[in-house]
Amino acid sequence: MKPIAFTLNGVARSVTVEEDRDLLWVLRDDLGFTGTKFGCGASFCGACTVLVDGKEVRSCVTPIRSVAGKKVVTVEGLAKGDKLTPVQEAFIEHVGFQCGYCTSGMVIGATALLAANPKPTREQIIRGLERHLCRCGAHQRVVAAVESAAQKMAGGKS
Amino acid sequence: MNRPEDEMIVPEGWGFVETIDRRDFLRLTSTGLLVVFAVKPPEGAMRPVWNFAEQQRTPPDFNAFLHIGANGRVTLLVGKIEMGQGIITGLPQIVAEELNVPLEMVDCVMGDTDLCPFDSGTFGSLSVWRLGPILHAAAAEARAVLVQLASEKLGVPVADLSVKDGVVVSKTDANKKATYGELAGGKKIERRFEGKAALDKVSEYTIIGKSYPRRDAVEKVTGKAMYAGDIAPPNAMHARIVRPPAHGASITAIDTSAAEKLPGVRIVKDGELVAVLHAHRDEADKALKLVKTTVTPSPNTLDHENIFAHLEEVAVEKRPAGAAGDVAAGEKAATQVVAAKYLKGYVAHSPMETHTAIAAVGADGRVTVWASTQTPYPLQTQVARALKFAPEKVRVITPFVGGGFGGKSANAQGVEAARLAVAAGVPVRVAWSRDEEFFYDTFDPAAVISIRAGLDASKRIVLWDNEITGAGGRGAGMFYDVPNHRTVTKGSWSGNQGAMHPFAVGPWRAPGANANVWARESHIDALAAKVGMDPVEFRLLNLQNPRMRRVLDACAKKFGWTPKPGPSKRGYGVAIGEDAGTYVANMAEVKVDAATGAIKVIRVVCAQDMGVVVNPEGAMQQMEGCIMMGLGYTLAEEARFKNGEVLDKNFGSYTLPKFSWMPKIETMLIDNPDLPSQGGGEPAIVSMGAVIANAVFDATGVRLTQLPMTPTRVKAALGKK
Ligand code: FES
Ligand code: FES
Repeated sequence: MKPIAFTLNGVARSVTVEEDRDLLWVLRDDLGFTGTKFGCGASFCGACTVLVDGKEVRSCVTPIRSVAGKKVVTVEGLAKGDKLTPVQEAFIEHVGFQCGYCTSGMVIGATALLAANPKPTREQIIRGLERHLCRCGAHQRVVAAVESAAQKMAGGKS
Repeated sequence: MNRPEDEMIVPEGWGFVETIDRRDFLRLTSTGLLVVFAVKPPEGAMRPVWNFAEQQRTPPDFNAFLHIGANGRVTLLVGKIEMGQGIITGLPQIVAEELNVPLEMVDCVMGDTDLCPFDSGTFGSLSVWRLGPILHAAAAEARAVLVQLASEKLGVPVADLSVKDGVVVSKTDANKKATYGELAGGKKIERRFEGKAALDKVSEYTIIGKSYPRRDAVEKVTGKAMYAGDIAPPNAMHARIVRPPAHGASITAIDTSAAEKLPGVRIVKDGELVAVLHAHRDEADKALKLVKTTVTPSPNTLDHENIFAHLEEVAVEKRPAGAAGDVAAGEKAATQVVAAKYLKGYVAHSPMETHTAIAAVGADGRVTVWASTQTPYPLQTQVARALKFAPEKVRVITPFVGGGFGGKSANAQGVEAARLAVAAGVPVRVAWSRDEEFFYDTFDPAAVISIRAGLDASKRIVLWDNEITGAGGRGAGMFYDVPNHRTVTKGSWSGNQGAMHPFAVGPWRAPGANANVWARESHIDALAAKVGMDPVEFRLLNLQNPRMRRVLDACAKKFGWTPKPGPSKRGYGVAIGEDAGTYVANMAEVKVDAATGAIKVIRVVCAQDMGVVVNPEGAMQQMEGCIMMGLGYTLAEEARFKNGEVLDKNFGSYTLPKFSWMPKIETMLIDNPDLPSQGGGEPAIVSMGAVIANAVFDATGVRLTQLPMTPTRVKAALGKK
């Protein structure tokens, strides 16, 4: 086993583990970052979504070796102290969650979506989040949250 | 869960392995005002007979504690759990209202068997509906005690005192005042709730009826909210359990030699329970794959197609579930009769969080189980039985639950974790894989529902003969004006009477009602079409219940329904239902793609009369959730199985509602301040099957009588037209 180095939520990390281990379980079991959830283990549900170099990936099917040298951001790494991101604030304001179990993945997915496309149409939001499942049925409010986050972020920049 | 702040009435270490017993707890709360309440179990609270732990508790007849500390903070301790339905906000709202304190002053501790009083479980939309009145009364009682204390302290008669924001003030001299904290602090006052104190008037509510932000919001968007799988006592290991491949199959030999060679793997056995343990979940998964088993296959020959004939054949026991008049007379009076048989498959709960639990044995020998459960107290009993422990040696703590929908009323994972933790001597976590979740789910049962209904010459329903196999009677109550009706059930949604089902079945959000309301409302629509009437007008002609008429009317206005007999080609559907005391009406608009058979739901309007609404936003979230979830069993969800094996093992083949399915959802709450709060977690889902089926009929002239209405079934039905 060789050490695998990457950045996690802005902090340099190195883990010495089997290189085919799943990023999800290294995050949860080895590093104690439990905000990222297990839902299906097979890339269907999105509960385990994290950012790798700004793009959303399903950590349950991502071998740890593939993040070597990259920047990994989990839901815990979005807020700066108590200062939430516009996406997080919008999820609170529009109540884009019920049980909250899909929420980490949704928030990360929405963050990646808006980074790639700061002014998405409603259609693009729906398509962008299609592979995130929510059994509680918070969909309508999640879309409203992403729309409002996009507006706020655009407002903040201009 | 929501940790009490400031004055900790809960000891340090709460949430971890150190445990306290009830006497310690009572000592901790021995200053301040403690109200212990519930006069008698609320009607319909379904106290489970198996809970022997309950009998050993003193006092045995309470449902919640309310504590007011020296700092004036109020702590509500209830055995309910938070799984997304929002009672972590709604229940404290009730207490804050009656106590006249700001909502921020109320902490809420939930689902901990050491700290909270017995509760049979969080299901059936009971929390606000049934526990609510008790909370109202208890908080009012606490306020009365505090005002009495203030009267003594200030020398002001009770009648001359008023309470605002937790301060009791003289109405004549504003300088004479005392805070709840001052009044309760340093004293030991224990009051049994007597139910005599006057309640706040509904018209004077300032907290109930407001949409407070959810208290769990920040934790949930930052990843800090703890679910059972996130609890990590030192040295905890993941367990993957060796399972048979099919229900009815038995494992005759297990070879773990290859798995054992992986570093860090431990094999643990407790009787028939054999598990592979590893500190890391993915490595435990890998090890489990190396375990070889010898299996005797399942003798079960059922599958998702032959199941319906099987159900009708084996379900023998008939139970009356409502009747009036005489169906023979109805047959005579009828000038036209419509008969149909409705079929519905098994539906999985599929919470995004699978059944999860972690168990640890403390230095004192007590076992603590953190579980993703809707029923912490029954789980405590089950664990105690499995371990042959006294119940008070088992503590169940319920962190946030990642969705339940009825499925987490069954808790096999909690028992498994406890047994393995005791056997292994280290804390053990059992988090079912998605595959296990589909296999061990207590499915919403398949159902066969036959209805024979007749109309007289004036288009009134004079006959309703209903036989329900598999779904039980919930939702089948007759609120139309039918002089001669009879409903019988064969088997129910709980248990598995007479080996009807190939696997476990159990409560699924509004158990049985989804099937029954779908069948009834489809059939009502078929009658309307038979006599060439608009389906709303036909319903109103046969419906006197004023509350239901009002809900239907409100829904029609919001939807913009204009009368036209079906099929009008507009793709409009209507359905009404009653559940947990709440009345609901849905209207929908759909488009059907004749080439693919795909149904696109464009719009759903839902009106609901649930009496006094504690948190309107919360209630609407539940309604929206019901509508989205309802699309699943209506359009796609059906567990497939064969020879005891559940063929759907993950979301690749078993499809949940997705963002792209989302119709425009419009919800409305009917103002009904005269009626106490009714249930809100389930009602809006019960009419989803029918509203879509009726809209599909309106669009195409074809009535589908089997759920889910998959593209294949829709195409086949259109082909037969
Ligand atoms: S757990 Fe990774 S996609 Fe579901
Ligand atoms: S909020 Fe429960 S699964 Fe999305």
